[in-house]
Amino acid sequence: MRILVVEDDLEAQRYLVNGLKEAGHVVDDAADGETGLTLALSRPYDVAIIDRMLPKMDGLKVVADMREHANTTPVLFLSALSEVDDRVKGLKAGGDDYLTKPYAFVELLARIDALMRRRSPQAVKTRLQVGDLELDLLTRTAKRAGAAIDLQPREFRLLEYLMRHASQVVTRTMLLESVWEYHFDPQTNVIDVHISRLRAKIDKGFDTALLHTVRGAGYMIRARA
Amino acid sequence: MRAPSILRTQAYRIVLVYVAVFAVSVAALLAFSYWNTKRALDAQTDQIIEAEITGLSEQYQQLGLRGLADVVISRSAHGGSGLYLLANSFKQPIVGNLDGWPANMVHPDKFVEFDYQRRVENRLETRKARGRVFALQGGFYLLVAQDVQERYLTERLFTTTLPWTVGLVLILGLVGGAVMSRNMLARLDSINRTSAEIIDGDLTRRVPIGSAHDEFDALAENLNAMLDRIERLMHGVRNVTDSVAHDLRTPLNRLRNRLETTLRHLDPASGEASEIESAVAETDQLITTFNALLLIAEADAGVTRGEMAAIDLAPIAEDMAELYAPLAEEKGVNLKIEPAGATMIEGNRSLVSQALANLVDNAIKYTPAGGAVTVTALETPQGVELHVADTGPGIPPEERNRVVERFVRLDASRSAPGTGLGLSLVAAVARLHDARLVLEDNNPGLRAIVRFPRPAPRTR
Repeated sequence: MRILVVEDDLEAQRYLVNGLKEAGHVVDDAADGETGLTLALSRPYDVAIIDRMLPKMDGLKVVADMREHANTTPVLFLSALSEVDDRVKGLKAGGDDYLTKPYAFVELLARIDALMRRRSPQAVKTRLQVGDLELDLLTRTAKRAGAAIDLQPREFRLLEYLMRHASQVVTRTMLLESVWEYHFDPQTNVIDVHISRLRAKIDKGFDTALLHTVRGAGYMIRARA
Repeated sequence: MRAPSILRTQAYRIVLVYVAVFAVSVAALLAFSYWNTKRALDAQTDQIIEAEITGLSEQYQQLGLRGLADVVISRSAHGGSGLYLLANSFKQPIVGNLDGWPANMVHPDKFVEFDYQRRVENRLETRKARGRVFALQGGFYLLVAQDVQERYLTERLFTTTLPWTVGLVLILGLVGGAVMSRNMLARLDSINRTSAEIIDGDLTRRVPIGSAHDEFDALAENLNAMLDRIERLMHGVRNVTDSVAHDLRTPLNRLRNRLETTLRHLDPASGEASEIESAVAETDQLITTFNALLLIAEADAGVTRGEMAAIDLAPIAEDMAELYAPLAEEKGVNLKIEPAGATMIEGNRSLVSQALANLVDNAIKYTPAGGAVTVTALETPQGVELHVADTGPGIPPEERNRVVERFVRLDASRSAPGTGLGLSLVAAVARLHDARLVLEDNNPGLRAIVRFPRPAPRTR
């Protein structure tokens, strides 16, 4: 995947670029807003990671200009500004996701994976399947190895989100944002308890576990270990 | 401004007092000049009468009754303002230009006013006169008077116009006052409206300045200067928090990055890896504390007011109860949500849910197994409230104010994990919403209430 990184803090930039390359991506970088905008408009990228405060041209302006030029590259904002006001501003300017510094690299990777997947054209699915676990989105029922699983509405949405991002790391904050539609920092890891309940319903009594904990990152649902 | 309320305003009250004082002054001035004029004219008339009486009594002494009668006849024929009547002891007229003895003319040596009739151009006219009786030797009476009709008419003019004048002064004063105070109120109202908009968060508003360069314009200019200053300060605070956030997050970001890079190149099973992992966890804890502190600082400075919208507390309460239900169940605590009524407020959904999550988290943390935590969103006479009640150990009344302060943790809870900022963050979010965090006894346990003001009906 081709990724554009626009970040003026050179150490943070180097770290980001190295990390993304290690994860197997092709990375271009820019250290100011103008260069970033020129790059974003001249080459196709799968995702752009743009710092909120940049020299020469503000990050918000870069994204607004990209959108004006009908450029639909998914944008993830990185910001060291205080969160409450700024997040909404970033999303309003045309950003697709927003991450406050300091962030965990796994969180960043998980979010850009989700952004890229969102972009790739998907047929409207009515069924999701991971291994022998099936989710029918129309009847809102779940089955594993043909046996019906009784799920609460929220558990169903949680499982749906995990299965839509099958074989991808999904972080706790991503789950809170997408499944509960809240954006804040819960003091206790409430999400973990929800996951362990879901796991008890879909994995208990089966030889192969589908719902895995990714250490230091989050969760992933996949067919083979 | 609505018309009836104008009567209750300070401006109108001042006008009323002013008009009353002015009307009394006008009345007093008119009454004084009336009284003074009348006195002067009377004195003049009385002097003439006195002089005539002296003259006539001398005539009587020298020429006797007949001589006096001749003089009276000749003077009566004069046709001037002098009036004369010579009468016998029964007050029956002998000679003079008065037709009869006036009924009220009894006491000699005293000036009396009376009506008399006079023929003017073939018409009988009743006129006013002022005169005095003089008792002659031999039982005769001489009445000498002056016609004072002109003076009487002037006097009448005074007494009939006085109430009208005062009335007119009052009416004009009240109308003028109403117009004046309406003008004043309109200008005060514009200042008030601007202030209300500024309190609502629009710091860019300014009080309109007129062209008259009067006291109101001076007031408006001063207010605007003050607002410029406040705006600069607010910008300053925002800039400071933004730079603090930026300048602390950037090195924290690098620190976390380096730790993570190191971790990626280590064998996950090694001892170093687990050391670095706990360092990452410490960094994350530092970041959490820093974020909470920054939010509290912003709330105290009143700068995070960006995304306020009409939000409903009831679904947030339900969502938080649902989010924390498995955690509570795992601890053996019964987490309940109670049905609510109208619970709309003006607020920031993210911050309110964070505050409620903190309260629920705390309640579950401090409630022993078998206890209950109840979340309620409801409308009360005091406002719209969020309640989180638990059956835990509670907080002694004397400690309740203290626990809201930053980093205060009661000795009993030192061992439980947490930043010590949970309740201060709730209090900060409450302050941002003009709400109050109230801690009450739940008998047993603690009842935390966030009391929001009822959303004001939008006037603009």
